[in-house]
Amino acid sequence: MFRLEARPQASPAMALVSPLLALALTVVMAAALFALLGKNPWSGLGVYFFEPLNGRRQMTEVALKATPLILCALGLAVCYRSNVWNIGAEGQFLLGAITAGGVALWATTSGIKASPWVWTPLLMAAGVIGGMGWAAIVAFLRDRFNASEILVSLMLVYIAQQLMNYLVFVPWKDPAGFNFPQTRTFDAMTWLPNLVPQSRLHIGFVVTLVLVALFWIFIFRSWRGFQLQVGGLAPAAARYAGFSARTALWTALLVSGGMAGLAGAMEAAGPLRQLTPHVSTGYGFTAIIVCFVGRLHPVGIVLSGILLSMFLIGGELGQSRLGLPNALTGVFQGLLLFILLACDTLINYRVRWQRSSASAGTAR
Amino acid sequence: MNELALLLAATLASGTPLALAGLGLLLNEKSGVLNLGAEGMMLVAAVAGFAVAFHTGNDWVAFGAGALAGMAMAAIFGWLVIWLGTNQYATGLALSLFGGGFSAFVGVNYVGKKLAAKSAFEVPILADLPFVGPALFKQHPMTYIAIGLTIAIAWFLYRSRAGLVLRAVGESPESAHALGYRVRLIRLGAVLGGGALCGIAGAFLSVVYAPLWVEGLVAGRGWIALALTTFATWRPARTLLGAYLFGGVTMLQFYLQGEGVEIASQLLSMLPYLATIVVLALISRDPAWIRINMPASLGKPFHPGS
Amino acid sequence: MSDPQPLLALRSIVKRYPGVVAVGGVSLEVAAGQIHALLGENGAGKSTLMKVIYGAVRPDEGQVLWNGRAVAIRNPHEARALGISMVFQHFSLFDTLTAAENVWLGVDKSLSLAEVTRRVTQVAADYGLDVEPQRPVHTLSVGERQRVEIVRALLTRPKLLILDEPTSVLTPQAVERLFVTLRKLASEGCSIVYISHKLDEIRALCHHCTVLRGGKVTGAVDPTQETNASLSRLMIGAEPPALKHAARAAGDVVLEVRDLALEKQDQFGMNLAAIGFAVRAGEVLGIAGVSGNGQQELMAALSGEDARAAPGSIRLFGGDIARASASARRALGLHFVPEERLGRGAVPSLSLAQNTLLTRTAAVGGSGLISTGETARLARHLIERFKVKAAGAGAAAKSLSGGNLQKFIVGREIDADPKLLIVSQPTWGVDVGAAAQIRGEILALADAGCAVLVVSEELEELFEICDRLVVIAKGQVSPSVATSEASIEMIGAWMSGLWRESGRAHGAQVGGTHVQA
Repeated sequence: MFRLEARPQASPAMALVSPLLALALTVVMAAALFALLGKNPWSGLGVYFFEPLNGRRQMTEVALKATPLILCALGLAVCYRSNVWNIGAEGQFLLGAITAGGVALWATTSGIKASPWVWTPLLMAAGVIGGMGWAAIVAFLRDRFNASEILVSLMLVYIAQQLMNYLVFVPWKDPAGFNFPQTRTFDAMTWLPNLVPQSRLHIGFVVTLVLVALFWIFIFRSWRGFQLQVGGLAPAAARYAGFSARTALWTALLVSGGMAGLAGAMEAAGPLRQLTPHVSTGYGFTAIIVCFVGRLHPVGIVLSGILLSMFLIGGELGQSRLGLPNALTGVFQGLLLFILLACDTLINYRVRWQRSSASAGTAR
Repeated sequence: MNELALLLAATLASGTPLALAGLGLLLNEKSGVLNLGAEGMMLVAAVAGFAVAFHTGNDWVAFGAGALAGMAMAAIFGWLVIWLGTNQYATGLALSLFGGGFSAFVGVNYVGKKLAAKSAFEVPILADLPFVGPALFKQHPMTYIAIGLTIAIAWFLYRSRAGLVLRAVGESPESAHALGYRVRLIRLGAVLGGGALCGIAGAFLSVVYAPLWVEGLVAGRGWIALALTTFATWRPARTLLGAYLFGGVTMLQFYLQGEGVEIASQLLSMLPYLATIVVLALISRDPAWIRINMPASLGKPFHPGS
Repeated sequence: MSDPQPLLALRSIVKRYPGVVAVGGVSLEVAAGQIHALLGENGAGKSTLMKVIYGAVRPDEGQVLWNGRAVAIRNPHEARALGISMVFQHFSLFDTLTAAENVWLGVDKSLSLAEVTRRVTQVAADYGLDVEPQRPVHTLSVGERQRVEIVRALLTRPKLLILDEPTSVLTPQAVERLFVTLRKLASEGCSIVYISHKLDEIRALCHHCTVLRGGKVTGAVDPTQETNASLSRLMIGAEPPALKHAARAAGDVVLEVRDLALEKQDQFGMNLAAIGFAVRAGEVLGIAGVSGNGQQELMAALSGEDARAAPGSIRLFGGDIARASASARRALGLHFVPEERLGRGAVPSLSLAQNTLLTRTAAVGGSGLISTGETARLARHLIERFKVKAAGAGAAAKSLSGGNLQKFIVGREIDADPKLLIVSQPTWGVDVGAAAQIRGEILALADAGCAVLVVSEELEELFEICDRLVVIAKGQVSPSVATSEASIEMIGAWMSGLWRESGRAHGAQVGGTHVQA
């Protein structure tokens, strides 16, 4: 029978191997699932892992979908390393889209003309502020009332969704939109500048990569980042050292809220160019998985962001080409996270095979 | 007056799934395990229950299917958290995310389907009483079962030795282990029990309350049930009352719309979630009060013997 | 006394853990009615051996014989069924349940709570153990909790009672009362295995003593015929190293605490009331006291982890630091070593280099960035200066043994050149060699002019290194007394709060409430 035995020190090798192992196991289970659904496992796997990278245009789509995932996950990494369990990134994303969308709509209807290089920073700043503000509610309630940030941030997701619904159904509805729940299309000057011609990829991708580097420095080399992590690993040690738990809480939530809001703004002003109830296809929640699979590490997050972006595209391709339900993506994502958590045990524990019932009675 | 009776009746019905899930999570948390996967368990159970009800026409078998589905999900969670020692928060979240995706996937063929019509349920004689009759005695049996369960769980926790052991495990698994109790098995039992109750709650939603299946049917009730246990300071009777309170707030939006209140329906839909936030803020204000009532080992990992 | 058959016999017990042989072939015999001491320093294998007897751990090799018959004790239930009962060092009690409920959980399922309550009252009366069954355990003092544990063990009518370091939480007077109970038990035929590292107690109480070192038996002797020196030689292979303690003249007042009062922050804590004392440069002041009397709260107030004290109640070099943060106090020269190493003094999963940053921030540049080279250099310096056995600056804190991690943490604070060093439980759970080294470093620091405040539950340690002593009891602190003028009996009495009656009191007058330990 198997037994778990604690390692004296966390194994850095296993920390790298674990996500790969989890991915391999998920692929195996995915293949089995395809077979169960009566589809050829190879076509299924191809649609998820090969097709999304097959060609220049496809790769820009992967990068496009990875952008909001990576942005959100970077912020969440800071949060989770500080042991602040913000799971409302989806809501903060929506608020970023709403505030940026609001500015874009105002620009569109007001007739003010300016270059995209004026509007883009303005919209992104608006997105950051929107997301930060929404996360600030969570921080305030936790700071002042000790309310669980998990539940408050989640409730705020549902409220944000209703808020978006309200805005696109009522005050911001496009008068020329045949009563569909959507806003006007934003004026072209507010669109995010394109990065790769003949693709939808915008400069937000570059901004994201820059932020990856900045976050790496913040987490691994900065004093503030160190304080946050000690607070997450050993709160008593943080108190002993004099690190402020309150500062850590607000920093973690404002940073992650701002990043999610930025991602929302980029989605609204990038590929979508208007607000609808479907601005987010669950990016905020998928980002949680991206964060864990990426080991809460900026470089890992880039890789896992690309991987999960492939899952999202694969889901769409699977539906159009193989008749598989799009909801399969959600299954794979959840499965990957589960298996990863199980494999992560190996980082701190070794598996030992023990012969059953070690006897106590051998006479010498 | 009649509207008030109807509002009360609707509150009871709406509170029932919250109560069931809340009681399940209460058992869970009394043993020291925090299961953030309630939403996922309820979703999978809801789709399982709907599918079984659709194919068999029998509600009670459907409830059983829901309970089993909840237990199966809980078993995965329990194995990861109790035996492999994974982080309870992350694993619970994973359960919720997986449950969302899995239920959407399995339920694809059941969207838009209808279940067989149900007969109305009435408690004989009592249902004919003025006001009280329609308010309290025209409920589905599950509502009364939920009330019975509350009493049963309260008795179990505070009057039986098994309940004492459970509470002891939740307070200090190390001490319980030193005394020779099988902490892991006890925790697994609590997790499975919690999963079964959350499963019944989910099945109730899709088979009786709605009754239909659509992606995301549970709409956050699993999370609200988690807030409930804190709000109720981990006591069964308060959990039931809290469930009715939230059920009432949920019903309030329809009542207000019916009364012609001039607020957009989307904003009114925010009510239950806003109420949860307000309640959480109020109840968590005093950390000492929470710490006295909370099972001391809640959320912390337990590794028997080194 | 010729007893044909020992009650319990262990033959060549071996237990291995990854990387270490905890017990390497131990044999011993316990006769009926014998008080048998198991002596050894931390890490000698006492706990593991005891877990084998109690069924919490299965040996890899060897035999356990009960009344001459070989038995396999697979879990504590089976041990209890045989008649083996245990009182742990760290109590297995549930704070929110009553004493009776706690006992009920530890005994046979078939009894009702009412029956158990009745038996608890009975046993308590029989053995002079004062226990109120209906009180919730969190309202009990540490000594009272231990009595609940003992009653629970006695309720099973044991033939063998194991006690693990029972006196670390008792005043000297309470220790005497415990010995009376134990002698009565032994006279009735119950055997007792008494695990301890306190030589005086073993010589006073026990009939027989097995000495362990490094997982092996180094001696099986009659302690009444031995001296502390001879037992010490068996325990650590040499005489305990003598500490050089030069007499020093105390300098100016560095830390002054006056009228410090704090309300407890959580339900299970202790209020502090009217605390006053002073520490001078070059002086080592010791705070004696049984755990649970306010030491934690006082330490937190002094270190800055709890900054609620009234302004003016804590002064460093005359400046008010009562509301200052931990980092501000450190900047003024106040350094603190907490009693919990892993989780408070150091972060277990971070490296030694990273752990230096908790209290030594020279490696943080003006831009807010950390120089990893600097932290590694400091860690290597500490490892070398304080002879810490570690796999390098990158080793995780949790990979170090207790003694080595303590040397690192104490070293980290001493190396910071403090003006005031506060140390809580400096050698708890630390092997004798490291303990001697740490005490030596503390004395050297004082010799160099630093003011030192030591909190410890080990009276011998305080008498060894301190110039002056105070006692903390029920959240209040006694007047100070020079170590040369104090005695163990006097300090023991003061631990019960009796300093006002003993005629040596001068200074702060407080309302006299007699305190039960």
